Amino acid sequence: MSEQDLETFRAEARTWLEANCPDEMRDGASGDDNICWGGRNWQFTSDAQKTWLDRMAAKGWTVPTWPVDYGGAGLSRAQDKILTEELRRINARLPLQSFGIWMLGPALLHFGSHEQKLKYLPPIARGEVRWCQGYSEPGAGSDLASVQTRGERDGEDYVINGQKVWTSYADKADMIFALVRTNKDAPKHLGISFLLVDMDQPGVTTRPIRLISGSSPFCETFFDDARTHVDNIVGTEDRGWDVAKYLLTHEREMISGGGDGLLAGRSLGQVLGDEGDALSDASTRAMALECEVDTLAMALTLERYKDKAKTTGVGDASAMLKYYGTELNKRRHELMMLAGGSDALEWDGAQGSLPADWLRTKANSIEGGTSEVMLSIISRRILELPA
Amino acid sequence: MSTLLPTEDEVMLADAARGFLDEAAPVSHLRAMRDEGKTHDAALWAEMAQMGWTGVLVPEEAGGSDMGHAAAGVLATEMGKTLVSSPFLSTAVIAATALRQVTDDRATEALRKIAEGSVVYALAVDEGPKHSPETVDLAATADGNGFRLNGAKSFVCDGIAADRLLVLAKTEAGTTLFDIPADRAGITRDAMAMVDSRDAARVSFADVEATGDDVLGNVDDAMTVLRPALEAGQAALAAEMSGVAAGAFGMTVGYLKERKQFGTEIGRFQALQHRAAHLWSETEVTASAILHAGRQLDEAPQEATLAVSLAKARACKTVTLAVQEGVQMHGGIGMTDAYDMGFYMKRARVAAEWLGDYGYHAEVVARARGL
Repeated sequence: MSEQDLETFRAEARTWLEANCPDEMRDGASGDDNICWGGRNWQFTSDAQKTWLDRMAAKGWTVPTWPVDYGGAGLSRAQDKILTEELRRINARLPLQSFGIWMLGPALLHFGSHEQKLKYLPPIARGEVRWCQGYSEPGAGSDLASVQTRGERDGEDYVINGQKVWTSYADKADMIFALVRTNKDAPKHLGISFLLVDMDQPGVTTRPIRLISGSSPFCETFFDDARTHVDNIVGTEDRGWDVAKYLLTHEREMISGGGDGLLAGRSLGQVLGDEGDALSDASTRAMALECEVDTLAMALTLERYKDKAKTTGVGDASAMLKYYGTELNKRRHELMMLAGGSDALEWDGAQGSLPADWLRTKANSIEGGTSEVMLSIISRRILELPA
Repeated sequence: MSTLLPTEDEVMLADAARGFLDEAAPVSHLRAMRDEGKTHDAALWAEMAQMGWTGVLVPEEAGGSDMGHAAAGVLATEMGKTLVSSPFLSTAVIAATALRQVTDDRATEALRKIAEGSVVYALAVDEGPKHSPETVDLAATADGNGFRLNGAKSFVCDGIAADRLLVLAKTEAGTTLFDIPADRAGITRDAMAMVDSRDAARVSFADVEATGDDVLGNVDDAMTVLRPALEAGQAALAAEMSGVAAGAFGMTVGYLKERKQFGTEIGRFQALQHRAAHLWSETEVTASAILHAGRQLDEAPQEATLAVSLAKARACKTVTLAVQEGVQMHGGIGMTDAYDMGFYMKRARVAAEWLGDYGYHAEVVARARGL
């Protein structure tokens, strides 16, 4: 697409956003209370939130790069970049965020059948169905391929039994994409299937896990003779590990800051804001400087890898994005806590959700594969050091 | 802005440069020059000119190839990988960029000479142990129609090989950049025995005469010309440093795969695997900042300060880690002069210092970001 076409697109996007983004949605808010996750049971926090979602979904702009047939707008990477810039220009909230958009969608686009894409992608794009991820188990954390949850054929169904853990927002989700062992005799990577399962059935129960941050974004999920139709297998039976790995790549990019961005346009100076006093202390200031340098370079790296994803693909380097991005996010939050001093020690005090956010970041380098697992992936697959 | 991926032309340029340098200037070339007590290879410089490298930033009408800053970074990166010793940065990047800020016949003529490889320039800015273009003691005092320069510069890279010097001097109401022959009466150059075995000089000025024709740009306004030149040099130096890091890292990963202890390759040990993987991650993040700086200088040079300092700061941090890990993971052999790793460590230290160290550039970033 020519520069001129892109500028035309920018002008059109700007005009449309000016006309269609409700004023209440232009506060740039990205806190947990302001996110629209969608789903069958979603309660909109305001009429504006619903209007904004409906208008963006009708335009295909909740998932701008997905094909039009599946609820997207078929935008190129360059157009998508422009749309993001224009949204940021008016400080617009994201109309919808979900694991369907970030994780399942890309995997279905890559591995799903046309029927599966038609059935599952448009409801994700419209925010009608909310998904969660059933990967980890009590005995399968970093060693994810040793999942034990069983899936057995019974006529046209799989019958599922077992337990998942760390299923984010399972208590709020409508559907789950789960790794299930369908062949216990094969080597562990070659007996796993990727199944799509409706949560709204008696065989599925969930229990939230309370975290050190006080919140409970994660659940335990139990399957007791839960059922799903064989059409709901993504890819082929026993070869779900390929789908799982592909999806993990997207999950890692998301956790590394690929979604909303590490910066969200703000410098550490702006983030620390009134706490500028703390920066007069040489030690804190030195740490803040280094963190800011690394953050800017990492933001450029995320941009570079987004460009790369559209050409050669990112592949195992997503492990680097995940490792670096999450370790950096932890550093930033440690600094914010340091700058906040005792103001940042009180739940919902002068620093708002900072204490909970700070504790939440500690999970970043664990979920989706620990930093140590990421380093092992880099050393084996990229540096090709002997295993 | 175009993407942060290398263009086809840039990939081809890198391949061509690698092919040439592996033959003409592997690390053994630097070692041989050191052993012979030489710091400049005129034949190598002439070949670089023939390939259009010295004219990488010279306009086509002055005989250059005008490939731009990103391309200069590509060349500098490849040079860094095998520690190529040449006045490329001083002359083809810094002096060429300074001269391009001026539009007169004399500047065009000087650019033509740079492109054809018939002149070597050196930048004489710093006087103390740290980079600080803002503090200048060397004075150019008005004398009749001209000036007399008195004072001293140090760490003048390529100052011995140089035919001409760009000298930053204090004048009545500011600072002024002079472009003068390196052998003008009153100039004394003393070679510094640098740890990286490369050319650097202490240069003293005793009543050196200069005229208005020797001024590059305007009197009392050095920075209009010098700032773009410094930024171009810093970006290209950062690129060279990423090459130095890549060279050291390549050796280190190779060694991890072949060296055996406890009956197995040491690269099987997770303690070393994870350190190597961390180092690779740092080099990837730094590469983005360096590519970005090159693009910014080509597309929006007036707004490149943050991008350039980000690149140089990151390059300082990464190359330092790369050579330190390089020596440590090689163990005893990494400490020997017979092995090349030490050359990487020494060049890394000099390059980290030249044109501003980590702290200098992190401070520029901090100011731009409100910290």
